[in-house]
Amino acid sequence: MSASTDTAARRFTLFPTLSGAAVAGIAIAIFLLAFLVLPVAQVLYVAFLDARTGAFTLQNFQDFFNTTLFRESFVNSFYVSAMSVVVATMIALPLAYITTRFNFAGTAAIQALGIIPLIMPPFVGAVAMSLLFGRNGSINLLLNQYFGLRIPFMEGLNGVILVQSIHYFPFILINLSASLRNIDRSMEEAAQNLGSHGMRMFRRIVFPLAMPGYLAGAALVFIKVFDDLGTPLLLNVNNMLAPQAYLRITGVGINDPMGYVISFILVVFSVFSLWASFLFMRGKDYATVQKGGGGLSRRDLKPREKWLAWGVILLILALVLSPHLGLLLLAFGTIWSFSPLPDGFTIQHFGTIFTQSSQYVWNTLVYAGSAALIDVVLGSAIAYIVIRTGLPGRKWLDYMATAALAVPGVVLGIGYLRMFHGTQLPFGMGQMSSFWGIIIIALAVRRLPYALRACMAALQQVSISLEEAAESLGASRSSTIRRIVVPLMTGGILAGFVTSFATAAVELSATIMLVGRSSDAPLAYGIYLYMQSPAGRGPGAALGILAVVIVALGTYLSQRIIERERSRQTTAGDQH
Amino acid sequence: MHKIFKLSAIALMMTSAAAFADTVTVVTSFSKDLTDPFKAAFEAAHSGTTLEVVNRNTNAAVSYLQETRSSNTTDLMWASAPDAFEVLKGEGLLAKVDVQFEGIPDEVGGYPVHDADGTYFGFAASGYGIMYNTRYVEANELTVAKEWEDLKRAEYNGHVAMSSPSRSGTTHLTVETVLQGEGWDKGWATWKWISGNMNTVTERSFGVPDAVNSGSTGFGIVIDFFGLSSKASGFPVELVYPSVTSIVPANIGIIENAPNPEGAKKFVEFILSPEGQKVLLEPAIMRLPVNPDAYADAPEDFPNPFSEDFAPGAIEFDVDKSGARYELVNSLFDVLVTYRLDDLRAAVSAVQQAEAAHADSGNQEAAALIAEARALIEAMPITEEQALDPSYAQAFTVSRADPETEVVGRQAEIEQEWDRFAVENYGKAKQLAEQAIALN
Repeated sequence: MSASTDTAARRFTLFPTLSGAAVAGIAIAIFLLAFLVLPVAQVLYVAFLDARTGAFTLQNFQDFFNTTLFRESFVNSFYVSAMSVVVATMIALPLAYITTRFNFAGTAAIQALGIIPLIMPPFVGAVAMSLLFGRNGSINLLLNQYFGLRIPFMEGLNGVILVQSIHYFPFILINLSASLRNIDRSMEEAAQNLGSHGMRMFRRIVFPLAMPGYLAGAALVFIKVFDDLGTPLLLNVNNMLAPQAYLRITGVGINDPMGYVISFILVVFSVFSLWASFLFMRGKDYATVQKGGGGLSRRDLKPREKWLAWGVILLILALVLSPHLGLLLLAFGTIWSFSPLPDGFTIQHFGTIFTQSSQYVWNTLVYAGSAALIDVVLGSAIAYIVIRTGLPGRKWLDYMATAALAVPGVVLGIGYLRMFHGTQLPFGMGQMSSFWGIIIIALAVRRLPYALRACMAALQQVSISLEEAAESLGASRSSTIRRIVVPLMTGGILAGFVTSFATAAVELSATIMLVGRSSDAPLAYGIYLYMQSPAGRGPGAALGILAVVIVALGTYLSQRIIERERSRQTTAGDQH
Repeated sequence: MHKIFKLSAIALMMTSAAAFADTVTVVTSFSKDLTDPFKAAFEAAHSGTTLEVVNRNTNAAVSYLQETRSSNTTDLMWASAPDAFEVLKGEGLLAKVDVQFEGIPDEVGGYPVHDADGTYFGFAASGYGIMYNTRYVEANELTVAKEWEDLKRAEYNGHVAMSSPSRSGTTHLTVETVLQGEGWDKGWATWKWISGNMNTVTERSFGVPDAVNSGSTGFGIVIDFFGLSSKASGFPVELVYPSVTSIVPANIGIIENAPNPEGAKKFVEFILSPEGQKVLLEPAIMRLPVNPDAYADAPEDFPNPFSEDFAPGAIEFDVDKSGARYELVNSLFDVLVTYRLDDLRAAVSAVQQAEAAHADSGNQEAAALIAEARALIEAMPITEEQALDPSYAQAFTVSRADPETEVVGRQAEIEQEWDRFAVENYGKAKQLAEQAIALN
């Protein structure tokens, strides 16, 4: 369809045909309504009901604000989230800066390693952390033996901040790196010509230009930490909002409306934080027009700088990868109890999982892969609609999708059962709620915010004048999107794919409600099965290692693709 | 994309294949260690029948069954916690089936083995005990705590762990057993002093054996098979039964409107049969059979709840009393202990320090302050009569409450009141104990 017939149609019909963007927008809105808003509303409406009479009331919200424990929890959650953003930035910034600004051997490997902390398999990850950092973990046992002191790494709110920052800093790393790569070299050169260099240039030119990526990552970290219940629960900190909601929703036979009230407040607050980050970005233009050099120029490091850079990177990697080192020890160790290292080493645990794991691995790849694919498609579409079109209510697509961050997995799982159970699928695929495809949709909905933030940041850096140029040269809207916009967004889209894929691969809370048959189970569920018994700790850790290796390989490959794409573009650009 | 289509084709074939075979679907919270041997033994005994095991934790299993009742696909629910079965039964989700078995007594350790109405059946017994890490105990030069009373002592400060009763039906029974055995006020006092020594109240029951196995805590209050199977897996841990323990059956029940009721019945009869009971003695399972004859094959030192010398102090468990205040006790424990553990710990250790400082000083003023502090820690916001009063208890049991009963307030209001009470008392107790220390 060419642009001219499109406008002609609009001029002459009574009911104007909808543009492609509007059709896509409506389709996405329907998808989000069906698989996010309605299922969640089916569970959360209880927050507005009088528990005894079933009548509509706002009493529960008044109770929430009258309860000291909840007010304290709110403050704690806010404090922990804000501090986690600060600590995560301190970890992510040097890694992103060094690997994108300098010619550095092993950039792809470091970027791939940087994402591994996101892949913390359920349960085993926590055991590994406490065996290393806990009150009687390796480090404290050694400290106590030689210096007679203990450091409370994992106690209280500070423990939560440490673990959350280590866990979620990759959100900032990935998005910031993608942004840094997209900055036009000419900007930097202009700054250098005007005499700016070093830290000043980073502060005044480079970092501000990378702001969309940084902010996307930081907003994700903030909202995710605010809504995360796994880490506080594993550290047995329950004076925070998300764990309070979880504890009150999942008790056997409990009908406490406060759990739903808290969930509702979590959703509202997440949308509010997102809105606040929009306000911050409003009126600022981060797009650069020329795509001459394909990212910042990289310079070689002097030998002394190189040592320094390696030192910083290794230190950070040692810190953030230590949980996975613990996991490795757990997978290869025999018995590990109250000692710095396991008593002995064995490969037996891998033998135990060998027979069953292929099914789990295959399911995980299919589920997480399809979910991530859905996420980047929806994510880029929403990003395009929100930033480039004038559709009314377009921002709500973004708010809706992002609200998924705040929905606890169990709530989504129960919502799906409530909504889709009893719906028979055609072709003899059975119950919709126990069909494995529903797991993919649940994962896609839960991980959509990750991909969406990455795609938004990527599109914010693409100048609209490039598209206008293409259209004035006669390209249609769709071919502009296909040939100009999407290729320029590649880095961000891949970053979104990787985050969605990596985190979907170890997700459990919604999956555990929806797995209908053991043959449909993904890796995280397999880990859960093993971790219910003392003898299963080793095999569970071995499965965890398998998950980490698979995701790390996937990430490494996509990094290689980005790098290759980049160098291809650069050489192609030079030839013109 | 091709792969996805291929996969869906495979999935399709598997679904239809499963539909033809005689499949029994069981939802369970038990680990593979327990379900795999039973699956193997059952399928060997009944060739042609397949046991499809779907694993969910108890909470998820109950919600799943509630949400899917309109077109139920599950035949059996198989889990430890009797309270989960009570909830299912209360909502009419369990079928009443005439299951045939013999040689199983009506009671084990004062607790009925089977549901009186025949909707669920006990197949294994479990007692509560204290599990400890031998390396930890040795390194910290502790003595082994053998009774609940022992865990109250100052030497165990920071060395104990337990799961919250609202998160674990079996922990709930232990809390309730002590409340019934020692009486409401004295029982709660015991729990508060023990909790003051805790370094954590975990959110899931397996968190406790995990912590003891890793050595992050020394003592854990656990259900016995966690300790026995940890030991069998090679961890340096031991388990002791206090003389006041509760013996609780682990259960299985057939779901109302099951797709394969005949197969479900066959499986229940199998696990209650002598061969089924024998499977329980495998090292990775280590649960106590409910058929006394099965103990003939048990390894040496294996606890036998049917023997005379097992847990002589076991009490006659009042199921009705426990049921009437079930949610209230859970909520009370969470408000007074779980959510205010830091305040409680601070108060308890201040009192312990004050007592140590004035052990031989004979200072009357200090003794009075300490006694006052102890009373503040032990004080309860409600009495046993109030706890059993429907107008109180039913504020917590909205789904099963009698609509006629006037309740005293909303759960959130009551909890806020208790919370204020606890924070104030613990704070004051700490202050008094510190004053007592300063008197030295």
